[in-house]
Amino acid sequence: MTLSQDSKIPVTVLTGYLGAGKTTLLNRILSENHGTRYAVIVNEFGEIGIDNELLVESDEEIFEMNNGCICCTVRGDLIRTVENLMKRKGSFDAIVVETTGVADPAPVAQTFFMDEDVRAKAKLDAVVTVVDCRHVLQRLADTEEAEDQIAFADVILLNKTDLVTADELKAVESRIQSINPYAKLIRSERCAVPLDEVLNRGAFDLERILSLDPHFLEEAEHTHECGPDCDHDHHHHDGHDHDHDHDHGHGHHHHHHDHDAPHSVKSVSMTAGELDPQVFFRWIGDMTQVNGPNILRLKGIIAFRDDPQRYVVQGVHMILEGDHQRDWKDGEPRLSRLVVIGRELDFDALEIAFKACEA
Amino acid sequence: MVSVAPLDLSGFVVAAAFLKGQPAFASGDGAVLLLTDAGERRIRLHDGGLLVACRTLEGDALLSGGDDGTVRRLGADGTVETLAEMPRKWIDLLAAGPQGSLAFGSGRSAMVRQADGSVKDFSQARAVGGLAFAPKGLRLAIARYDGATLQFVNTAAAPQQLEWKGAHKDVTFSPDGKYLVTTMQENALHGWRLSDGQDMRMTGYPGKVRSMSWSAKGRYLATSGANAAILWPFFGKSGPMGQQPLQLGARGDQMVTRVACHPDEDVVAIGYQDGLVLFARFSDGEELLARRPGAGAVSALAWDDGGTRLAFGTEAGEAGLISL
Repeated sequence: MTLSQDSKIPVTVLTGYLGAGKTTLLNRILSENHGTRYAVIVNEFGEIGIDNELLVESDEEIFEMNNGCICCTVRGDLIRTVENLMKRKGSFDAIVVETTGVADPAPVAQTFFMDEDVRAKAKLDAVVTVVDCRHVLQRLADTEEAEDQIAFADVILLNKTDLVTADELKAVESRIQSINPYAKLIRSERCAVPLDEVLNRGAFDLERILSLDPHFLEEAEHTHECGPDCDHDHHHHDGHDHDHDHDHGHGHHHHHHDHDAPHSVKSVSMTAGELDPQVFFRWIGDMTQVNGPNILRLKGIIAFRDDPQRYVVQGVHMILEGDHQRDWKDGEPRLSRLVVIGRELDFDALEIAFKACEA
Repeated sequence: MVSVAPLDLSGFVVAAAFLKGQPAFASGDGAVLLLTDAGERRIRLHDGGLLVACRTLEGDALLSGGDDGTVRRLGADGTVETLAEMPRKWIDLLAAGPQGSLAFGSGRSAMVRQADGSVKDFSQARAVGGLAFAPKGLRLAIARYDGATLQFVNTAAAPQQLEWKGAHKDVTFSPDGKYLVTTMQENALHGWRLSDGQDMRMTGYPGKVRSMSWSAKGRYLATSGANAAILWPFFGKSGPMGQQPLQLGARGDQMVTRVACHPDEDVVAIGYQDGLVLFARFSDGEELLARRPGAGAVSALAWDDGGTRLAFGTEAGEAGLISL
C-alpha cells in the first residue's frame, strides 16, 4: 500500500489571477536546471516561449458527475491528459497544472479525488497560488474566484513585493491570512524563489497544515518561515512538554472572521480527544452533504478510540477522502484535529458537533 | 496447449495488432516493435510519445497518433508515412474507416481524412471522447460530452444527435449497425438503438469501462471494468434491454482491464490489472490460463485473423505472443 502510494506522480496545481506571475513561474519551471522533469499542463501556450515536448495545452472541460451532487465536477481534460502522460511514464517526474486566472480551483482538486484512474496514478502535492501584491486586495473586493484561489492554497507565493510598501505588504498578508491562515506564505519578486520551496513540498500531506497554529502566524514577523522545515518548535504540537503561554485559555479553536466582508471565506481549526468512528463518520458525511457547496477545503487528523493508527481525512466541497496514515507514536497525544475553510458556515455548531463525536 | 513467447518493449504498450500476419506492438515512448519473418524490427513512429494506435480495416498497416501532433501510418513492410498533422496538439483518438479513410481527434477536434488526402473537420463544442466508423457507408460516430453525434462524411445532411447527459468516451457500433454504445466517465455504458433512438443504460460496474470488444457475429459485447469480463447480449429484438449479462473469468480482487473476443469462436481473451491473461468460453464459462501475472496491468490484446495467436502488452512494457 505504502509502496504504491509512493510511486504516484506528484501534481502541483498552479492558480492565480491574470498577471499575478504564473507564466514567469512556469517559464522558470520549464527552463531551469533543477533536476526534476516536469510535465506542464497549461490553458494556453501564450507567452510561454519554450518548446518542450512535455508542455501540453488543454482546453478546460468541466464535467458534471451524474450522481446528483451539484458541486461534483471534475476537469475532464485533465483526466485525459494525465492518462496520456502515463503512457510515457518514466519520461517525467512530476506534473504541474496551470489553471486559468478566473478558474474555480475546486474541479481541479476534485479530479484527483474523484477519478479513480487518476487517483491510482497521481496525487495532489499542493495547490500553489500566485498573488500579485499590488492588485490582490482589489481582486478580492471584486471577485469570489480570487478568494477561492487563496482559500484553496497550500502555498501562497506573494509576488511583486517590490512594488508595494512594507505597510501595504503587511495589509496584504493579513488579509490573506484572514482567508486562509493555514497556507505557507512566501514573499518574492518576479517569482524569484527557490523552486523547491514551491514544488514537491508534499504540502497536501496534512501534517504541516494541521501543525500550524494560526494565532502563532498572526503574531509572527516572518510568516514565510513557518514551513515544515521551520526550526522553531511550535507550541501547539499537542504535546505538553513545551507549552507556550499564549495558547491556553482559548483552546485550539480559532475562528477567522473578516468583519468587512460578510460572505467572505472563514476558517476554523477544531480539536477534540479520541473519537467514536461511527459517530464521526455519520456526522462528517451528513455535514458535508448539507454544507458541501460552502466548504472549500477540509483537512484533519483523527484519533479513533482503540485504533492504533492515525486517520487522515481531507475534502473539497462534498468530496471526502480518508485513510489510515501511520501508527500513533509512543507518547504522542491522541488528539483529533479538523480544519474547515469555507463560506457561511456555522462554525460554533461545527465545533459543538465535532466535540460530540468524542468517544 | 498454450505457449507464450515473451518480448520486452521500451514502454507502456498502447496497442497490439497483426499487420498482414506480423505482430506489431506500439509503445507509449513512440517506438513500434514489428516481428517480421526476417526478425525483430524496432521502428520509431513518433518523435515524442505515441498515444493511440489501431489497425487499418484491410489489416495492412498500423495507424497511430502522437503528442508530436501527427497521425502516422506504419506499413506491414516497415515504411512510415505521415498522414495528417495538428501542430502542438496531442492526437489521442483514432479510428480506421472504409476505403482508406481514418478519423482522428484531440480535445474538441474530430477530423476525417480520406484516401485522397482531403481532411474534413467535424469538431464539437465540448470534449470529444471517442470516434468510430459505422460498419456500412462512410458514417462517423463522435462520442462527446452529453451524447454522441452521427455524421455522414460525404453528404451535406445534418448530423444526427443522440443526447445523454454526461461525458461519453469510447464509442462502438454493433457489427450489424443497429446499436451504438459508448463508455462513460461514470462506471457505466450507454447505448442507443439507432432505429428509434431508444436509450439503454448498462450499469453495475465497480470501475470505469475502458475496453469493449464485439464477439463473433456481434452476438455479445464484452467489456472490462469489473472483476470479471461482462458480456452484454445483443441478439434478439431488443438487444441487452432487460437481459442479464454473462460474467466470465471472475477473480476475487483483480479488475479486468482489457477484453478481446475471438474472431470466430465464442471465446474471449481477458487481461487483468495484475497482468494475468486467460481465455473464457461463453457456453460453460470454462477458463484456460494463458499468461501468469506480471509487472503491470494488461493494456493491449489483439487476435490474429485466424484466431490462433493472441498478442498482449502491459502498462509496464511487457509484451508477448500467446499461441493456441
